[in-house]
Amino acid sequence: MPGIKLSEKTIGIIQQICSDFRNEGSELINVLHQTQGKLGYLPAEVQEVIAKELNISVAKVYGVVTFYSFFTMIPMGEHPISICMGTACYVRGSEQVLAEFKRQLSIEVGQSTPDNKFSLNCLRCVGACGLAPVVMVGDKVYGRVSPQMVKNIIAEYKEGCAAEAKSA
Amino acid sequence: MKKMAKKIKLSINGISLEVEQGTTILEAASHAGIIIPTLCYHKDLCIAGNCRVCVVEIAGQKRLSAACATPCEEEMEILTNSMNVHNSRKQIIELLLSEHNADCTSCFKNGNCELQKLASDYKILKQDFIRLVPFKNYTIDKYSPSIIKDDSKCIRCQRCVRTCAELQGINALTVAYKGDQMKITTFFEKPINDVVCSTCGQCINHCPTGALVEKNYIEKVWDAIADKSKHVVVQTAPAVRVGLGEELGFGPGERVTGKMVAALKRLGFDAVMDTDFTADLTIMEEGTELLTRLKSVLVDHNPEVKLPMATSCSPGWIKYIEHIFPDFLEHLSTCKSPQQMFGALAKTYYAKARNLAPETIVSVSIMPCTAKKFEAARPEMHDSGYRDVDYVLTTRELAIMIKQAGIDFVNLEESHFDRLMGESTGAAVIFGATGGVMEAALRTVYEIVTGREVPFENLDIIPVRGMEGVREASIKIENPLEEWAFLDGVELKCAVAHGLVNAKKVMESIRSGQSAYHFVEIMACPGGCLGGGGQPIPTSPEIRRKRAEAIYAEDTGMPLRKSHQNPEIVKIYKDFLDHPNSEKSHHLLHTHYTARERF
Repeated sequence: MPGIKLSEKTIGIIQQICSDFRNEGSELINVLHQTQGKLGYLPAEVQEVIAKELNISVAKVYGVVTFYSFFTMIPMGEHPISICMGTACYVRGSEQVLAEFKRQLSIEVGQSTPDNKFSLNCLRCVGACGLAPVVMVGDKVYGRVSPQMVKNIIAEYKEGCAAEAKSA
Repeated sequence: MKKMAKKIKLSINGISLEVEQGTTILEAASHAGIIIPTLCYHKDLCIAGNCRVCVVEIAGQKRLSAACATPCEEEMEILTNSMNVHNSRKQIIELLLSEHNADCTSCFKNGNCELQKLASDYKILKQDFIRLVPFKNYTIDKYSPSIIKDDSKCIRCQRCVRTCAELQGINALTVAYKGDQMKITTFFEKPINDVVCSTCGQCINHCPTGALVEKNYIEKVWDAIADKSKHVVVQTAPAVRVGLGEELGFGPGERVTGKMVAALKRLGFDAVMDTDFTADLTIMEEGTELLTRLKSVLVDHNPEVKLPMATSCSPGWIKYIEHIFPDFLEHLSTCKSPQQMFGALAKTYYAKARNLAPETIVSVSIMPCTAKKFEAARPEMHDSGYRDVDYVLTTRELAIMIKQAGIDFVNLEESHFDRLMGESTGAAVIFGATGGVMEAALRTVYEIVTGREVPFENLDIIPVRGMEGVREASIKIENPLEEWAFLDGVELKCAVAHGLVNAKKVMESIRSGQSAYHFVEIMACPGGCLGGGGQPIPTSPEIRRKRAEAIYAEDTGMPLRKSHQNPEIVKIYKDFLDHPNSEKSHHLLHTHYTARERF
């Protein structure tokens, strides 16, 4: 298929995931989930391969990818940072926390740092409202985060010395 | 006959009635003569229940319910016009308008917009809600030669998305994002022209507002008519004559052929001729091609030649197969559509016969179709040495021109098509209905092969008619003429499909090797061209049925009903083309196809 710039290896990975789900269109969300887990994000070319493998329209794939905030079409940083903007976190100041992350990293929501170490995103409720405001870095959850704590959280992951940082 | 659906008793606005179980409140209300306004509801489509304009009050229930999506229940007491309903409905319309670019006077749908009508009916005279349009960065996609998509007018009812999925099986359009960001768009928000869209225009036909409209060429055509140095030729497709009346004071299914011709002459076209003429020509070319293919496969066993042969009149179908089944392009007949045959001949055969310089000819076509606009713009459609068809107008655009010209259409005296390319047979007019090309082809092919008429009463090949999505028919060839002896005893198997969702079924059965068809007719739009994306809005199953009846009535009323009998067809072969599939016809009347991307 012309126009696709993915490597054979990447295409192979996607095809394997699709065949693990019997190439069924109804498994689209699972396929997207697994593919993003393996590749980190879901750019147009990846969506085209998935649509072809599942024999569904690529517009439909795009519709699902854009609907769920979990899915991303831009590459995430090595340490994806997510700030909860759910009601509980919001009223307890997650907006100020977000502003501090933006300031410290000099990026906007949906962007990655130039060294691709961090990316910044918002999400809606991780089910830990008791710990509001909540921030996630990779799989690790930070509770009761204040803007003052932001610098230290980032520092944990800088210079690759983060002993307890989870390797996803 | 004991198996009757269970009956349910209920009342609507105090009127008692009995309906079958499964009837929605919306349907029940219409039985009782009560109109409930709708926007996202359309008879062709599954129920979505997302616009909420049809809300009604059900006694004992706190929340209002969407009438389109709520089935009637025993003893239900429904109010469709309580103060609660009235205020809520009005507020819903106000909310829709707050997000809608209500610049009605400069909108192509002005006067035929369902949202405008609701705003008018409910007299939305003030704006309580902030107008969001100026704050949003809406996209207007004018890149396609057929379709304009203006998101600022979209109310996200998703009729277009359902049309593209359910009627056409394409899913070029999707709902992306959510909440206030939600929009109707394509893969990666590419222009419609760059995606898998067939340009059939069914989305336009189903859009309640001006969010999806055809790209109109009305002013270009007025300019051409006004230009005294130009000779403007117009052709009219078979289905236009059974649709146009709906825009101009007639009911669905009323034939206005003679009035249409008279109106075109009054508009100032220099020659008013008929696509039906080239429909007859298509039968000669395509029928001959079919017989040649049959011989190549059955006698010469040529593996290069593919069967079944598929018709190629419907440009929406052509673009669809180029995108979705690019490995099956060899199955398509190489015949151009009647529109393009006409275009190629207008600037050659007609120009020569009338002693006109082809560069002075402006070739206009009136089509029930938006895909024809795309087709005319294809780079390969220049076989006359010029662009074969310059401007394509939909049935709706022609109606607009007739209104602009102040023509009293209802009382117009009928007129006749101009000669040379204006004569046609009943076989040509049925091109406008699903199954018509097949029927027309069989009438001629059977007679070429056997020397006898098709063995159907009054030439009506009933098995290929109707509105079933896919229909099959077969004709056994017996005692053929000597030249066609190899076809003796062959059962010619045919299939007819309309609506691309049904085309997909036929194509998949061909791909799987399960079908033994020789010849398939496929029309992109439900009902065939009579239900085309360029036809008057609204179109519904009943309206399509009425237009089909009109098409077949027109056929029955014609003195000649077989394409090869058309005297102008006989003449063009004698004077210009030599014989069907001749070198000259191959140059002017046949084409090739392009594999396209699948997104």
